[in-house]
Amino acid sequence: MSENNPFPDEGNTGHIWDDNLRELANPPPNWWMMAWYASIAFIIGYVVIYPAIPLFDSFNKGEVVEGGVIKGGITKGVTGWTAIGEYKADLAIVEAVRKPYEDKIAAMSAQEILADDGLSTYVEHSGKVLFGDKCAACHGTGGAGNVGYPVLADDDWLFGGTIEQIQTTITNGRKGMMTAHAATLSEAEIDTLASYVVGLSEGKTDEKGKALFTSKACFACHGMDAKGMAALGSVNLTDGIWRFNEADLLASAKQTIAHGVNAAGDTQTRNAEMPAFKDTLSEADIKKMAVYVYKFGGGK
Amino acid sequence: MAEKQIHEQSLEELYAEAHEHTINVGDVKIHAKRMGGKFRNLKWASNFLWLIFFIGPYLRLGDRQAVLLDIPNRQFHIFNLTLLPQDLWMLSFLLLFFAILLAVVTALAGRVWCGFFCFQTVWTDVFTWIEDKLEGTPAKRRKLEKSPLNAAKIIVRAKKYALWFLIAFLTGISFTAWFTDAYDLWVDLFTLNASSTVYITVSMFIVGTIFLAGILREQTCFWLCPYARIQAVMIDDTSIVPSYDVSRGEKRGRLLKGKPASEDQGDCVDCNQCVAVCPTGVDIRGGQQEGCIMCGLCIDACDAVMEKINKPAGLIKYASWDGIMGKEELPLLKRPRVWVYGAILLISILGVVLGLSGMESLELKVLHARQPLFVIQSDGTIQNRYTMKVLNKMNEDIRVTISADDGDGDLKGMIVLGAEKEIVATHGTVTAVTIFVKVPRKNLTEKSQPITFHVEGKDSAGELYQSNRESIFIGPKR
Repeated sequence: MSENNPFPDEGNTGHIWDDNLRELANPPPNWWMMAWYASIAFIIGYVVIYPAIPLFDSFNKGEVVEGGVIKGGITKGVTGWTAIGEYKADLAIVEAVRKPYEDKIAAMSAQEILADDGLSTYVEHSGKVLFGDKCAACHGTGGAGNVGYPVLADDDWLFGGTIEQIQTTITNGRKGMMTAHAATLSEAEIDTLASYVVGLSEGKTDEKGKALFTSKACFACHGMDAKGMAALGSVNLTDGIWRFNEADLLASAKQTIAHGVNAAGDTQTRNAEMPAFKDTLSEADIKKMAVYVYKFGGGK
Repeated sequence: MAEKQIHEQSLEELYAEAHEHTINVGDVKIHAKRMGGKFRNLKWASNFLWLIFFIGPYLRLGDRQAVLLDIPNRQFHIFNLTLLPQDLWMLSFLLLFFAILLAVVTALAGRVWCGFFCFQTVWTDVFTWIEDKLEGTPAKRRKLEKSPLNAAKIIVRAKKYALWFLIAFLTGISFTAWFTDAYDLWVDLFTLNASSTVYITVSMFIVGTIFLAGILREQTCFWLCPYARIQAVMIDDTSIVPSYDVSRGEKRGRLLKGKPASEDQGDCVDCNQCVAVCPTGVDIRGGQQEGCIMCGLCIDACDAVMEKINKPAGLIKYASWDGIMGKEELPLLKRPRVWVYGAILLISILGVVLGLSGMESLELKVLHARQPLFVIQSDGTIQNRYTMKVLNKMNEDIRVTISADDGDGDLKGMIVLGAEKEIVATHGTVTAVTIFVKVPRKNLTEKSQPITFHVEGKDSAGELYQSNRESIFIGPKR
């Protein structure tokens, strides 16, 4: 080809089309070559220093590594650095900061934690994540409550608002019970009782309703003063706090009286169950949550 | 062998070397001739101002560094003043002040910053001074540059880089020392106990200083610095800048021995010395241009030559374009720009002064809980939850009490919980306290009503500090 190259002195590759269109053999610019060699040097350095080439079973595929088994690919790198190792080291720093607090929390009762300014502040700040994970879905951020799920920030407690009672509630869960009265009460009686208890919360009294409240033994659970009993988890009917549908109190009260709460066999009954957390949370975490909830402002 | 100054050189000698001093178009390295003179002295004086940068961190005030920009702890200590992140808005006024100061100085007297104060100019000046002392005159430096690498060249270059490195190292250390305890820094640095941030910062300063001041030099002003690009819009015909007096200088021509000057020949004898001494290698005779950092060194050079040929000094001088063209110059106070710039300067400095004078030693911030906004209690009261943030900017912890005030009695029967005890407000930081306020529902007239919180406490000297913050009390819809 070279003998009939019409442009012999310009260093072309000898590929020539259409008389004068040809491929030149110019080297890339210097800066480009330098960057190229620098990249190669970087890759070599990287492979030497860091774990590289993740093939087969030689690397952590995101699994939780117990006992610090950290795999770093086929080449481990001279420094032994791994991403999971760095993460664990960072975590260890955080845990070291928390440890003195956590140790104390584990050793103290919820009451003692509450009394300790430093620890209760620690719980107030660190409990937010745990509360958000486990509690806020039903009880709302800040314990604001939801329809059917009690407000935690008020001082009205179904099962008692002392720190121990809150701790028990979180540990074992709660399931209140009210029998359905649709079968035993007439519709008129349900109406009377409903308007009586709604009236109670507004400070009104009604002799007819009071008589029915006594004769139908509502007091057996709600107490003679209708203020509820923490031991049974029966609700205080005299305060202005209602758990189910606040928009139409009368209709809501009627439904609760007729179908009860967690009444077996009644499809229209109120479902109100708090799960037990003893299996999902550690004892220390439960104590923390008790203190956290208590500090919403309603603890007794 | 000492370099001959322009004063000592004959005109013939100057002509003989004139061709060596070329205008900077970026292809060859600029080696400016150094000489004494008025502006040279001024430049040294302004260079020395930068010693504050090196010495400043070692000043102490009590048991701490006098000026410490403590970023990890988010506190700026400036002598007796402690600035916290809450005071950062003042920085915007301060930055505004300096930005406008730069503009106003440029409008009036050209690139004073570039010519005398800019770190790029100062460091380059010192670096080339070292180069001049070690490698000799510009002619020798150019020769050395072209000569093959030999032992002598390596030694002189090594000396130069060693000195440059030393300065660059001190620059890095000094910069870092403003942000951390300067004395501890030196110890930590050499016992390898300093943080990686320190090592990275110092290394970057070493590389950056040598590269920018030693190697790039005036190219930084030409191609890197944005200020050089925008100065053209700041300068106008009334700005006093180093200028070549065209009407007096032209038509330029060489003054040759035994040959009388022609009739139309101007005062410029075309000795090229203004180009020779220029640190950026521009020819001022071409008029004002982007490469000129307005350091006035060409004025020194030209005046020396004028003296030599018995002509009045000032062929190149600090003058405005209007002045050079013989136009009437507007007095400073009649230029609208001076007033506008002045007003902005005043406002920005007032902002800083007001900010500094209005700084409370004790500040209260109140966060009303968002979730829930309010809680109905079983006794029919409405409870609101607030987080009080007490910021104590004093140098000691103090005990404070918090109280609430409903102003004109809108929140009858108000009870404040959580403020019964005194609280210790830790100095230099924010102490948070949760407060509950309860008001009987029947006493609430509005969905949202104002409430004012008050914090007060005494320091160890018995002086009372206090602060107020207004917030709201929220109840159910009426």
